[in-house]
Amino acid sequence: MNSLFSLLSIPAIPVSDWINTFVNWLTNFAGFFNSITTFIGGIINGIQWVFDFLNPFVFIAIILAITFWITRKSISWGLLLFELLGLLYIYNQGFWRDMTQTLTLVLTTSIIIVVIGIPLGIWMAKSNTVDSIVQPILSFMQTMPAFVYLIPAVALFGIGMVPGVIASVIFSLPPVVRMTNLGIRQVPSDLTEASDAFGTTSWQKLIKLQLPLAKPTLMSGVNQGMMLALSMVVIASMIGAMGLGTQVYFAVGRNDAGAGFAAGIAIVILAIIMDKVTQGFMGEKEK
Amino acid sequence: MSENNKKIEVKNLYKIFGRHIKKAQELLAEGKTKEEILAETGSTIGVNNANFSINDNEIFVIMGLSGSGKSTLIRMFNRLIEPTSGQIELDGQNIMDLDKNGLREMRRKKMSMVFQGFALFPNRTILENAAYGLEVQGIDKEEREQKAHDSLEMVGLVGNDNMYPKELSGGMQQRVGLARAITNDPEILLMDEAFSALDPLNRREMQNELIELQRKLNKTIIFISHDLNEALRIGDRIMMMRNGDIVQIDTPEDLLRHPKNEYVRKFIENVDRTKILNASHVMFRPTTVNIEKDGPKITLHRMKTDGISSIFVTDSQDRFVGLADADDVNELIKQDKNDLRSILKTNVPTTTADTPINELIEGISKSPMPYVVLDDDKKLLGIIIRSSVLEAISGREVDHNE
Repeated sequence: MNSLFSLLSIPAIPVSDWINTFVNWLTNFAGFFNSITTFIGGIINGIQWVFDFLNPFVFIAIILAITFWITRKSISWGLLLFELLGLLYIYNQGFWRDMTQTLTLVLTTSIIIVVIGIPLGIWMAKSNTVDSIVQPILSFMQTMPAFVYLIPAVALFGIGMVPGVIASVIFSLPPVVRMTNLGIRQVPSDLTEASDAFGTTSWQKLIKLQLPLAKPTLMSGVNQGMMLALSMVVIASMIGAMGLGTQVYFAVGRNDAGAGFAAGIAIVILAIIMDKVTQGFMGEKEK
Repeated sequence: MSENNKKIEVKNLYKIFGRHIKKAQELLAEGKTKEEILAETGSTIGVNNANFSINDNEIFVIMGLSGSGKSTLIRMFNRLIEPTSGQIELDGQNIMDLDKNGLREMRRKKMSMVFQGFALFPNRTILENAAYGLEVQGIDKEEREQKAHDSLEMVGLVGNDNMYPKELSGGMQQRVGLARAITNDPEILLMDEAFSALDPLNRREMQNELIELQRKLNKTIIFISHDLNEALRIGDRIMMMRNGDIVQIDTPEDLLRHPKNEYVRKFIENVDRTKILNASHVMFRPTTVNIEKDGPKITLHRMKTDGISSIFVTDSQDRFVGLADADDVNELIKQDKNDLRSILKTNVPTTTADTPINELIEGISKSPMPYVVLDDDKKLLGIIIRSSVLEAISGREVDHNE
């Protein structure tokens, strides 16, 4: 018994010290992280500039037109009406700029996860070694509470939209990578065999066969990634990423349920619109 | 059809699946059985020391049950499966020596494959599917689509160019598979159980079209099948495989007539022989008399010595003239007449040597007289009687000639 207790009483392993040391060590590469900050900041400013430039009603009209276009084969008037009323609600509540900021955060995140996630997913699909290395990392990224990412993100990227985007990217990258990998691996082996038999290069196989067949799966990964990015907006607001999340976060601080729900509903509306539009986009590409 | 120009020569070809390939090779060299090797190393012998050659412009059928190594073997020709050891020479060039680019060139230009499950690309139209082989070669759109269209036409698909594979029936899909394979204008077609997934009617039709196509295009076709009737129908030569071993390589006829062992015998037991055998296989040479030389007395004598009641009468050129009955000949002798012509029966049914038995069965079963087999000059080749047909169908060899 004694020996068991003595085992329990060994000093705590200094995991936190190790990680702090590691994060501190990373700050040595400030130049590298600064350039990432500048780059991502550039994307954010560009998108935000467009949204600020557009009159809200022009913006609503554009959203409606896009929805109309991609669902033109089976037009859902309900969805169009919902979009109109939902966006008017956001405008009416004075959340317009917050909404565009949130949208900027989500779109920037989406661009980054697509640019990183799809090639990584392809690489995993082509190599079992890469797959077995990356899979556990993805699981780690997905299950680690998202709040935790905020801390090193602030240390490395400062306060504001950029660390918010970084934290969102880490959180929402896994489904894009996984679904790309899955989609390509699901291409029936007799089809890849057939393409090989006709002397296809592996690049041609990817472009002509694997990506087209993986597209539905891949797109649902992107869709999931976007939704996860949207779910990060409140958390990201804690480190100064402006937007609807900030409104919710403030409401929590003031214990103001009404204001919290008013902004929360705006997030829900944005989520539904984005989900429907991307899904419609997937359906469109299918045909 | 097939002169003995060797198109492909396979030498000492092995495929061993599993981890301890070196060990398995050693054990194989020591003469251990496949079961022993599997137990000892966990390796399976897919193809065991294959040695054979395939002639230019022949339809070479590789036959065997599932697990016999035939699908592995056909995939080694274009190295979709890498052989463990051995050589495959195409026009004298060992394809095992080809590097990545050389192999790709060979797959693009020399060999095309047709798959059991069709393996059409679902995201491409019929035309795009058929043009695929040329597309990956970088042939421009207009030219490749023209060629693809032509090959679709050749396999009997007209007006489906812009449909998608799933909109077509199985039979039509496999036509697309075939068209895709011939668009490249390869020298060799590899067909892996290409018609097995089709219903019997479609299968028959495709078999005929393949033979027709081969006649038109002069390809060397390597055809995998587990259906002996199919093999016998389309094959110039058939190679029987069992558990990775080559059991017998022969023409369809020789395979049926001289099965090398019990395995092949069992395999051909259930075959519909009436389609394979023709009149020449069941006919035999009857006793004849020459009408220009022999009189009634000699005729009767010959019938007595052979113990027959009727005799076939020919002229000096061996052309069939008629059939004489013993009773009639007797009558002739009694009347002291000499000319056999007056008593000859000429309403004897005739046929040609290459008529399949299944076309003869009905007639023979009803006719009281034997069928006479004649060549183009009306020369008597032989006769067919009911019992020899029955014997042939039942699988017992008839050899009345000896």
